[in-house]
Amino acid sequence: MKSSFTHNAERRDSLKQIAILSGLLAGVGYSSLAEAAYNKAAFDSKSVNEAIKLQGGGNLVESKEVLLNAPDYAENGAAVPLGVSTGLSGVRKILILVEKNPANLAASFEVSESIEANFSTRIKMNQTSDVFAVAVMADGRALFSKKEVKVTIGSCGG
Amino acid sequence: MTEPTRIRAQVQGGKTTVRVLMSHEMESGHRKDGSGKTVPSWFIQEVTISLNGKVILDADFGPSMSKNPYLQFVIKGGKAGDKLSLSWKDNKGQTRTDESSVA
Repeated sequence: MKSSFTHNAERRDSLKQIAILSGLLAGVGYSSLAEAAYNKAAFDSKSVNEAIKLQGGGNLVESKEVLLNAPDYAENGAAVPLGVSTGLSGVRKILILVEKNPANLAASFEVSESIEANFSTRIKMNQTSDVFAVAVMADGRALFSKKEVKVTIGSCGG
Repeated sequence: MTEPTRIRAQVQGGKTTVRVLMSHEMESGHRKDGSGKTVPSWFIQEVTISLNGKVILDADFGPSMSKNPYLQFVIKGGKAGDKLSLSWKDNKGQTRTDESSVA
């Protein structure tokens, strides 16, 4: 009996050590990686609405407060310049989506207190499509603007 | 091998405009090569930008972002000499971190 007791105590000790060690490792991982993990489901989504929902956006409401600066025509679908901004407060995320790309969601930006909800970037467009700029608000609303960009030479495809 | 990210940040009128150009193929996984074989996807998924060690922007990219992704954003405030750091991680698990100072 005694031997099994000490054995258990040892086992408990080593379990405790493992627990402490994994706690430390988890702590390191948490601080070196950012808070939010990559939302693969949202980026794999084949629907604009679903991708927005998977990024935490609720009711979709068109809004003039969300500004999408995109060209009418894109001569080169491999690099279409876009600007998205809003002066609204309480913005949690800014999303950029392309309806007719194989993967709808192009980018998701988390808006911290230190930065403005104002981003410019370049995206690929397979074909002429609506482009969506979405501001996911702290209260869950998803305010959006959209614009059709006509692509004369596509990218992404073969 | 990965190439350095170009980071330029300038203070103007109490705001800092940051422009970054990451160097990456950003293969969508939908393109076919000369022999008709699909080129596997290879793109940056996560980008983290810190100002003086504090995370100010977390961005996630899909395969629709252009080759050599460009990003411009605006920091409220900021001053010359502030340290900016950008890290990215692609879907193959490769990472890169580059630093720059606000001018």
